[in-house]
Amino acid sequence: MPGFRLASGGTRIDRSARFTFTFDGAPVEAFAGDTIASALIASGRSIVARSFKYHRPRGVFSAGAEEPNALVTVGSGAVREPNVNAATRLAAPGMEVSGQNAFPSVERDIGAVGEKLSPFLAAGFYYKTFIGPLKRSWMWYEPAIRRAAGMGRASLEPDPARYEKASAFADVLVVGAGPAGLAAALTAGRAGARVILAEAAPGPGGALDLEEADIDGRPAGEWAAAATVELAGMENVTLMPRTHVWGYYDGGVLAALEDCGGEGETRCRHWRIEARQAVLATGAIERPIVFAGNDRPGVMLASAGLAYARRYGAAPGGNVILFCNNDEAWRSAGLLAEAGVKIAAIVDPRTEILDALARPLAERGAEIILSHVVAAARGVKRVEGATIVPVGEAALAEAAGNIDRPGAQAQESEQGEDAAPPAPGGALERACDTILVSGGFNPVINLASQAGGPPVWREEIAAFVPGEPRQAFIAAGAAAGAPTLEIAINQGAEAGALAASAAGFEARNEELAVKIPVEGLRVTTEDGGLLPLFEVEPQGAKPGKAADKAFVDLQHDVTAADIRLAHQEGFADAEHLKRYTTLGMANDQGRTSALAGLAILAGEREMPLPAVGSTRFRPPAIPVPLGTLAGRERGRHAAPVRRSPLHHAHLAAGAQMMEAGLWMRPRIYPKRGETLFAAYTREARHVRRAVGIADVSTLGKIEVAGPDAAAFLDRVYANNFSNLAVGKARYGLMLREDGFVFDDGTAWRLAEDRYLATTTTAKAAEVMLHLEFLAAAAFPELKVSLTSVSDQYAGIAVAGPKARELLARLVEGTGMDNDAFPFMGVREATVGGAPALLARLSFSGENAYEVYVGADHGPFIWKLLLEKGADLEVAPYGLEAMGTLRIEKGHVAGPELNGRVSAHDLGMEKLLSTKKPFVGKPLAQRPALSEPGRLQLVGVIAADEAFRAGAHLVAGPAEQPGPSEGHITSVTFSPALGKTIGLALLKGGRERRGESLYAADPIRGGHCRVEVVSPHFVDPKGERLHG
Amino acid sequence: MLIPCPVCGQRDAGEFFYRGDATAARPPLEEEAERPWVEYVYARHNPRGEHLEFWQHAHGCRQLLVVRRNTETHEVFEARLVGPFGEGG
Repeated sequence: MPGFRLASGGTRIDRSARFTFTFDGAPVEAFAGDTIASALIASGRSIVARSFKYHRPRGVFSAGAEEPNALVTVGSGAVREPNVNAATRLAAPGMEVSGQNAFPSVERDIGAVGEKLSPFLAAGFYYKTFIGPLKRSWMWYEPAIRRAAGMGRASLEPDPARYEKASAFADVLVVGAGPAGLAAALTAGRAGARVILAEAAPGPGGALDLEEADIDGRPAGEWAAAATVELAGMENVTLMPRTHVWGYYDGGVLAALEDCGGEGETRCRHWRIEARQAVLATGAIERPIVFAGNDRPGVMLASAGLAYARRYGAAPGGNVILFCNNDEAWRSAGLLAEAGVKIAAIVDPRTEILDALARPLAERGAEIILSHVVAAARGVKRVEGATIVPVGEAALAEAAGNIDRPGAQAQESEQGEDAAPPAPGGALERACDTILVSGGFNPVINLASQAGGPPVWREEIAAFVPGEPRQAFIAAGAAAGAPTLEIAINQGAEAGALAASAAGFEARNEELAVKIPVEGLRVTTEDGGLLPLFEVEPQGAKPGKAADKAFVDLQHDVTAADIRLAHQEGFADAEHLKRYTTLGMANDQGRTSALAGLAILAGEREMPLPAVGSTRFRPPAIPVPLGTLAGRERGRHAAPVRRSPLHHAHLAAGAQMMEAGLWMRPRIYPKRGETLFAAYTREARHVRRAVGIADVSTLGKIEVAGPDAAAFLDRVYANNFSNLAVGKARYGLMLREDGFVFDDGTAWRLAEDRYLATTTTAKAAEVMLHLEFLAAAAFPELKVSLTSVSDQYAGIAVAGPKARELLARLVEGTGMDNDAFPFMGVREATVGGAPALLARLSFSGENAYEVYVGADHGPFIWKLLLEKGADLEVAPYGLEAMGTLRIEKGHVAGPELNGRVSAHDLGMEKLLSTKKPFVGKPLAQRPALSEPGRLQLVGVIAADEAFRAGAHLVAGPAEQPGPSEGHITSVTFSPALGKTIGLALLKGGRERRGESLYAADPIRGGHCRVEVVSPHFVDPKGERLHG
Repeated sequence: MLIPCPVCGQRDAGEFFYRGDATAARPPLEEEAERPWVEYVYARHNPRGEHLEFWQHAHGCRQLLVVRRNTETHEVFEARLVGPFGEGG
């Protein structure tokens, strides 16, 4: 087929820059500025996609975001991007474009057998067939069905593209830079308001380039260009082209997607725009009329046909029939004819048309067929002809029932000399390769619907317009239902002024009064002479032969018959209809289909269309790549990485680092060739034998100060702190208000009115919030201040039989013997000359100290400890060994403090003070929290084989395991015992010591015997730490 | 959603942590009966319309605020400090 590129024309293309890209492997010629769709049309390609369910061939249907058919995949491998709208994506040299939902290609699709099965694919088919008696079969059929029905497939490789996020702030955000939006931005900008003008297209003007009009005495295009120059010159105005606003959220926050157009490294940018006022000038899009075979390649919206011809010099076809019900489409046809496109016939259900519209077309040879409708398109891979029937013989679904049908039959066209009068009662057959269709225009109300009340029906345009705003927006122009350019542009100017004054800027009255004169081809009545018509019901071309399908939603293959079936089955509400048939649920969000669906439903229910209601729009209004919502926050940037002040000391010591929450922590300090197991058992053994040092900087540290600090701690810890002596530390257990264990740690009394409370690493932030909340909301009468000092200190645990000896070499200001510095003592002193806080605490069970110095001093003190203790064989130990040591001692940590354990479950009920009230006390006393059958902390020892954390405790062997009686929370190999040991939560565990159970790990494999023991494996009497 | 922090000014809701229903009255410290605490911890109304909520400006001044807000439209009417720097504190 020869190409459809016109000899001249194309405002958006540069004919001097020619290149090729590929579609399904075949080369396609394009000019710079072509979209994928315009290049395919110009090359004569009819089929660009296969349909969702039936795999029917589909062509380009529109020229904008409403495109339901022409979704393609761009690129391959890691940069493969599915579901790209070919009507809006610019073509680029060498671009690899492929059709979707077809194998091997859209031209020859073996999946098209779906067509023969189509009677089985009606609305609700999946529900009916695979849910209910056969529901278990769904899991078997689902993968096959999903492969057959669907959209493009995403790449499985990591996306190499870069995405960004940014914020913007405006007094007035104008969405859409068509005539109304430009006028609004001008008045608001001149008033001095900070204005953002966001436009989805690369340039301003909207559909002005499809008009023949003068604005302010000059051609519309010139006016738009001048307006843009003025706006660009204003410091308070920001122009955002290629930016599609897709979400309107609470508090005047709007979300937009900027297509960065392949310039630079960034693919697209997510904008979060905070706007005090918004002007929604989002325009209108043409809607089709449903008829049999209306999905065949070559059926296209009339305005899209004009857009391809004018903007890209690409004719929609070589022999065109226009089927329309409004004057605007006649004007489009006139302009198309002027551009050199052959208009063979115009079919209109109305009985008369203004001479000024009809005559120029008739003079160019178009057949004018009034009082008729297109009942069917013929052809499979491309339209070959149209079956045209008189209005009186067609069953029509029209809005609100205001077609003047009786008159339509009787009246003859007044253009009788040009129009070929139809044979009464007979169907006409006309050959063509393209049917342009126009059923009127729908305001684009997605954003208004997101941020406002239900849309309001407007009779004269037979469409919904924005409802009552619930946020500070004004809809203007075609988006608000303005029927003419003149009304639209003045609405825009007024909306801009209103928005600016609402934002506190003086928009001068004369600006409000300014009327921009619009002159040009404005020959019709103000309302555009629309005769509402949504559907021509399919009728058999020959008796006994079923009519071709008539599609309402081209993208989801929802037919008019599906909607009638849904109604018949009781899905008569607009929202139910949508969900049952999936009408309007795809990428295009029902832009071209929703209203026709409602009209058919209204017809079935025998009520006016507006009474059926409409569905509510939700964000996003256009498909948004998930990558753009993640922005740069992915991979290593998904969350901040926290490093201890000693981080570089660990790296220098050859530590293997690991992520623990947000923290990077040293896991082990392996010697050359040492395995993880060898390293951590060596480190743990070393601590019990000599002395080790470990980084504990990550613990949460909260300074609690003030005259009521002691009273405050008494209330937030389960145990008592007011009777703690200055210079002493105590283990503290914190409950939530519901009585379960929240966190544990130690609190050190530094002075009468000053404590340092430590938390676990994981809960540091939560504990701080919890305490701040209690201080402000629950106990405002207490004079206490809370300060997080977690990052101010570097913390080093010095543990082992030689810990005291090592520290004594460096500490000044305190004695180190048991009398001067007893267990649980806290001392302020210097270490290596640095001011330090020391506490004699032990997580490891050895005689141990925690040394806190200023964060900046940390690396120096760490190094000093290693140097001065070389003869004592001091060595660092990592997180694994720390775990080993604490499990050997039965100290609980994160895996045990899982938010569902009570103090009683952990054997810590003695810490619940009976002498004072504290947070969580009343609910901790509920009997259920100390029931004997609860999961309780126990130790487990492997009888022979090792087990893993997460294994369940069962009574029986692998063949007959029996139910789970609990699970293992923490596991280590204990060098002290020479066996694998673990902590576990076991039903009634406190009374079950000595029992023999199995650790069952069916998923990862493993089923081995364990013995239930006390969780205190090593030195249960604590003699070592007092040493 | 923006919250007018009395210390920091209009700030994005992302800087704040939601800290629950501010109309739920915490029983007095000495209350030992289970019922009032169960009410306080678990029982919540879910009002449509105007509501008082605790929000903490965790990524700002860290102050705890009571925010008067419409749960349906998310319109924020006011925010005031609670605790030692609030009224009567």
